[in-house]
Amino acid sequence: MFRGFLEPAYLWRHIVIWLCIVFAILPVLWIISASFDPSNTIIGQKLIPSNPSLENYRRLFNDPTHPFKRWMLNTLKVSLVTSALVVAITSLAAYSFSRFRFRGRKTGLFSILLIQMFPQMLAMVAIYLLLLWIGERFARFGLNTHGGLILVYLGGAMGVNVWLMKGYFDTIPTSLEEAATIDGATRFQCFYKVILPLSRPILVVIFFLQFIGTYSEYVLAKVLLSSNNVLTLAVGLQTFIGDQYAKRWGVFSAAAIIGSAPILILFALLQNQLVSGLTRGAVKE
Amino acid sequence: MKGTTRRRVADTPLPGLIAKVALLGLLNAVAIWAIFVLVGEGVYWLAIMLAAGCALIDWVFLTPRLFAWRYLIPGLIFMAAMVVYPICYTVAVAFTNYGTGHVLTKEQVIENYVARFTLQEEMPEYQTTIYRSEDGKFAVFLVGPGGENLIGMDGEVTALDDTALSIEGDRDGVPERIGPYQQLGILELFQHMSSLEALEFHFEDSVIRMRSVDRFATYAPQYHYDEELDALVDCSTGKAFIAKQGAFLAEDGEALDVGYRAPVGWSNFSRLLRSPQVSGPFLRVFVWTFEWAALSVLTTFGLGLLLAVILNDNKMKFKGFYRVLLLIPYAMPVFISALIWRGLLNTEVGLVNDVLQSLFGVWVPWLQDPFWAKVALVIVNLWLGFPYMMLINLGSLQSIPDELYEAARVDGASGWQQFWHVTLPLLLVSVAPLLVSCFAFNFNNFGVIYLVTQGRPPIPGARTPAGATDILITYTYRLAFESGSGTDYGLASAVTILIFLIVGTLSWFNFRFTGTLEEVRENV
Repeated sequence: MFRGFLEPAYLWRHIVIWLCIVFAILPVLWIISASFDPSNTIIGQKLIPSNPSLENYRRLFNDPTHPFKRWMLNTLKVSLVTSALVVAITSLAAYSFSRFRFRGRKTGLFSILLIQMFPQMLAMVAIYLLLLWIGERFARFGLNTHGGLILVYLGGAMGVNVWLMKGYFDTIPTSLEEAATIDGATRFQCFYKVILPLSRPILVVIFFLQFIGTYSEYVLAKVLLSSNNVLTLAVGLQTFIGDQYAKRWGVFSAAAIIGSAPILILFALLQNQLVSGLTRGAVKE
Repeated sequence: MKGTTRRRVADTPLPGLIAKVALLGLLNAVAIWAIFVLVGEGVYWLAIMLAAGCALIDWVFLTPRLFAWRYLIPGLIFMAAMVVYPICYTVAVAFTNYGTGHVLTKEQVIENYVARFTLQEEMPEYQTTIYRSEDGKFAVFLVGPGGENLIGMDGEVTALDDTALSIEGDRDGVPERIGPYQQLGILELFQHMSSLEALEFHFEDSVIRMRSVDRFATYAPQYHYDEELDALVDCSTGKAFIAKQGAFLAEDGEALDVGYRAPVGWSNFSRLLRSPQVSGPFLRVFVWTFEWAALSVLTTFGLGLLLAVILNDNKMKFKGFYRVLLLIPYAMPVFISALIWRGLLNTEVGLVNDVLQSLFGVWVPWLQDPFWAKVALVIVNLWLGFPYMMLINLGSLQSIPDELYEAARVDGASGWQQFWHVTLPLLLVSVAPLLVSCFAFNFNNFGVIYLVTQGRPPIPGARTPAGATDILITYTYRLAFESGSGTDYGLASAVTILIFLIVGTLSWFNFRFTGTLEEVRENV
């Protein structure tokens, strides 16, 4: 088994790979270690902590000035609501683009593609001023609210998602809807009771892709949220660590591990979902 | 396969119909209320837009022919409000001076200046006692420098003798009660301080206001607005400050502190190019943005390709295991990785300097020195980005047919020659569009730059908040939200438009190159 290693041609390849692996995982190992090191400082940290404990995790959840649990819940709330609404909005739009032939259809699909070329966050100044203005009238959707942030995220809902989902709907044969229509279903029922259940794989993929994106979004959250209690994890963690690496490294590491866990897990699951969800057709014709 | 609109479908069942009517009704009710609010505030153009939008939605939902659009309405509303409108608004703001000192409209600023009263030192000051009635109104008893007794109430000052109110009690010449008003004790005074500070009593041409707890003094407006000149005129000196391009300017060049929001044409753009304090740092930021995006793509692509070539070899052992370990950086949220790296690169206490110190005895000022800060950013981005490049290169390598390599071997090509003449050209054809997208992405990679260096270290002598590692998008952010000397939305929007243009050009080339647009046109 190890013979392959010893041939010089392969030996250097394994060395290169291992160097890259060290580069790739050392930072991760380092914070795992730091999170169990009760000294809570980056100074003199060893890869294996001398007296490991869960002290940092305990401190993380008991810090009144930095409500980590709140930030985590805020992030999950914003991400879940955004993802659910995005799936609802895009599936409706994609159904229309996939099944109906109407004037403006091509232009619509096309404009979506073009508009989404511009990253939404570029217009952050305008979005900030817009929410400032909205907030003076509807306090729940203004600056520094989750409602406002979600509204802004929904602006980016159309785009690649619509294209992806339309492509999937196109593969579902119309014969199913025709049969449903004969049974007396309305158009909306065809969409709701026939197409949606058959498209569960793509709905799941888009939901989680959106979830990952929203969870990690930093710029707009930073621009729009300011009070400690409404921050998302990305903004909160940055204000928490600031330049306090000497004093808060351990607690920060614990937060980093808990904070990346949902995404790491989703990523592991999604790898299969992505492949199967996009290749497996709902029915074979 | 394709759907058809000619299907005969059932009528909407009653509950669905009721829901539809109820939702439309609700939407219209909210819209009508909002329109009234907007008209009340005088924002007519928005009220008109809202009315038009609402009518459009009603039309779409009530016209059977337009049923396909009903499914698009929710997405289109959000896209219009949160993407299209902000883009248009950015363009509009770029041609104004919107920012600190130019926030309000001209009318609002004039109103504020005219309502601004200044203390008239040469006018009399009054010894004051304050009274409050049961229903929360205030009155003051004033004793002038000549010993005259006055009463201020309901916004006017009158002589004590002229009032019809009953005066009760007398303590050193000061009444305890005046009609319904009861004298306030010192504690109550402080309780009501904020309303007392806002009290104003008109007396002849000027106004009497609180100066300290027991003294009221005479104030007079400092400016009046002259419509003919379109200027604010200083009442005491007669100096005219003429409204011009967002500022009130006197002939000698003196300006009032507060200007107003006004269109300024191309001046934000010309400042970026010509004004020495702005354009110098801007140019550095501009150049570094391109360097950064290019370096990011080259480094990640290089390492990703190397790993992909190694892992693509079927005789290589442990491929799957290696791949999983190498993908870990890609699966971490960027904001967390970036903050971790900032700690590891910390000059005094970070791991990287620890290791360098013990192995080579060197010490690198990672985040203090402009050059090393840039190196640090490229390394961090390499860590974040190489797994993605590895994935797409692996996918693309697998699509290159083995026959080509066999043919090359038959022709006597060495391993390197095969790589340069077979692998790379074929690989680039499929990967190049992704590299351009990657360039565009890193061009606007706010997260990495801002979380690792915050654009620091600062460029010395820059008037706008520009740092050595700022890219255009972080520069925009700092102009708009972080500047110590005040925000400058106008300039920030001008920079945003430049980014729009650059990113738009890149995407256009990409579409052209891949033929995406043609493909879309034929296949949708």
